[in-house]
Amino acid sequence: MALLELRGLNKHFGGLHVTNSVDLVLEAGEIHCLIGPNGAGKSTLFRLILGEHDPGSGDILFAGENITALKSFARIHRGLSVKFQVPGVFKGLSVRQNLEIALQRTHRGIELVRDIDRLLTFLNLEAEQKQTAGNLSHGQKQWLEIGMAVSLKPKLLLLDEPTAGMSPEETHQTGEMVQRLNADGMTVLAIEHDMAFVRQVARRVTVLHLGQVFAQGSIDEIVADERVAAIYLGQAHA
Amino acid sequence: MNGLPGFLHRLEGPQTVGRGPAFWITFAIVFAIACAYPLFSDGYTVGNTVYFFVWVFIALSLCVIWGYGGSLSFGQTAFFGIAGYSYGILTLNFGSAYGFTLVALVLAIVIAALFALLLGYFMFFGRIAGVFLGIVTLAVTLMLERFMAQTAGPEWRIGAARLNGFNGMSAMPPLTIPWPGGDIVLFADIGLYYAVLGLLLLVYLGLRILMNSSFGNVIVAIRENPERAEMLGYDVRKYQLITFVIGAALAGISGVLYTVWGQYITPSSMGMTAAALPLIWVAVGGRSDLTSTVIGTLVVLAAFQALTIYGSQYALVFMGVLLVLTVLIAPNGLVLGAMNLISRLAARCNKGDV
Repeated sequence: MALLELRGLNKHFGGLHVTNSVDLVLEAGEIHCLIGPNGAGKSTLFRLILGEHDPGSGDILFAGENITALKSFARIHRGLSVKFQVPGVFKGLSVRQNLEIALQRTHRGIELVRDIDRLLTFLNLEAEQKQTAGNLSHGQKQWLEIGMAVSLKPKLLLLDEPTAGMSPEETHQTGEMVQRLNADGMTVLAIEHDMAFVRQVARRVTVLHLGQVFAQGSIDEIVADERVAAIYLGQAHA
Repeated sequence: MNGLPGFLHRLEGPQTVGRGPAFWITFAIVFAIACAYPLFSDGYTVGNTVYFFVWVFIALSLCVIWGYGGSLSFGQTAFFGIAGYSYGILTLNFGSAYGFTLVALVLAIVIAALFALLLGYFMFFGRIAGVFLGIVTLAVTLMLERFMAQTAGPEWRIGAARLNGFNGMSAMPPLTIPWPGGDIVLFADIGLYYAVLGLLLLVYLGLRILMNSSFGNVIVAIRENPERAEMLGYDVRKYQLITFVIGAALAGISGVLYTVWGQYITPSSMGMTAAALPLIWVAVGGRSDLTSTVIGTLVVLAAFQALTIYGSQYALVFMGVLLVLTVLIAPNGLVLGAMNLISRLAARCNKGDV
């Protein structure tokens, strides 16, 4: 069953076609990676899905419902969640309070306290819980934000470069975490440049180029595609 | 603080400085001194202290909207003026019998809040943010000042209440509490002092609870990162609007109490100087905490009044210098900086004991 369906999604900024009639179907339960050179329209596509940008034309269907006209917060209530490219934590607040804000919409009282503790353990941030989030290392901030996004128990998790700035070891751990979340039933759509991560997690890969879907398939099919090598992977691995 | 009803736990929390027995004992002592103070002072000085207390509410309104919510409103005086004028118009028309002044007090605050609801709706749902919010709110308060200043003619009246242009309205009745055996009239000395002190206590504690509640969590989250807050499922604009309306109601309390205190209200209470001063009190005190806002406002007001003896222009220049120094030395506020220093020292001492 399709969880997310994009139909002919267009977005212009002035004369610039950032996404050009994008069609994409995401099956429930899959881990799907979105790759492509800078400026391909990947982050814009995320912002369209999240309702931060209005598409010029086209429709967004989520779990069978047309959500194109919904405000961002309402889309989150439907079961979407996101981790941004630049870590979007509440820098001036403590790590614990960051998680409390994420969880308090759906949890109350003792249950809230217990779930924050559980999440702190899951993220390996127990020792840092009283620290100001702005003082965490880059990797820890990434994890904290992933934790906040995951805490909403979304049907679809959007990850915009979840491993940017991470060491190979941290990247691998993040990959394992994404697989664990997926095993629990979460569908994941990730923008990623790190091909080791893509190979580790993705069942299907979509290549975006100049605002259009350029190629789609398994990671092996994509890597073997000479056209993709010409526009993207060739440069990355040159 | 175990054994207290649930919401009282919120008196302490991450959004407010001050916790534990040491803080609350100090708080109780300060409050006891404030209660006993009129017994050792004359009516004029007590009345003057009421004047200081009156301004604390508008300072708290900025603290909530700007310090906690992150939206700089330059026009809290608009709500101050609307509430003040509303109280005047209502009581000059309907008098003070049957406790109507208390009804007028509440109505005036509600009118200010409704105006904020309308203005805030267009601002927040029109996606006006940052510096533009300050510009729009400043423009609104200056327009109101200009408008009220030209209402000198006899045609500018609402019922029995003449608006009186630049001279403003006066002679509205003081707060009057109906009482068997004779109404209690709260003139601007001991009677009004206790009423305002009581209200200040309630508002301060109420705001502590509100700021440490889940609502407070969301508004500081919006200050820190509105996009992330929205992506956690919070309707950011709705929360900003509610915060703005709460702030307007607080500024309205100041406006009504000011009118009650002096029995007059003039357009200049919505003018440029009036709009700028609360920003200075709050910035100097420390906008992101309720306690530092209250202390900062009282200290700066007292200093301002002491300087006014030598000329009000000098006092205004001093205010400007004070603001510049605060921004350079302690951008989060002088009082808040001192409070944080004290709590750090106290924590270090405790650690040393163990």
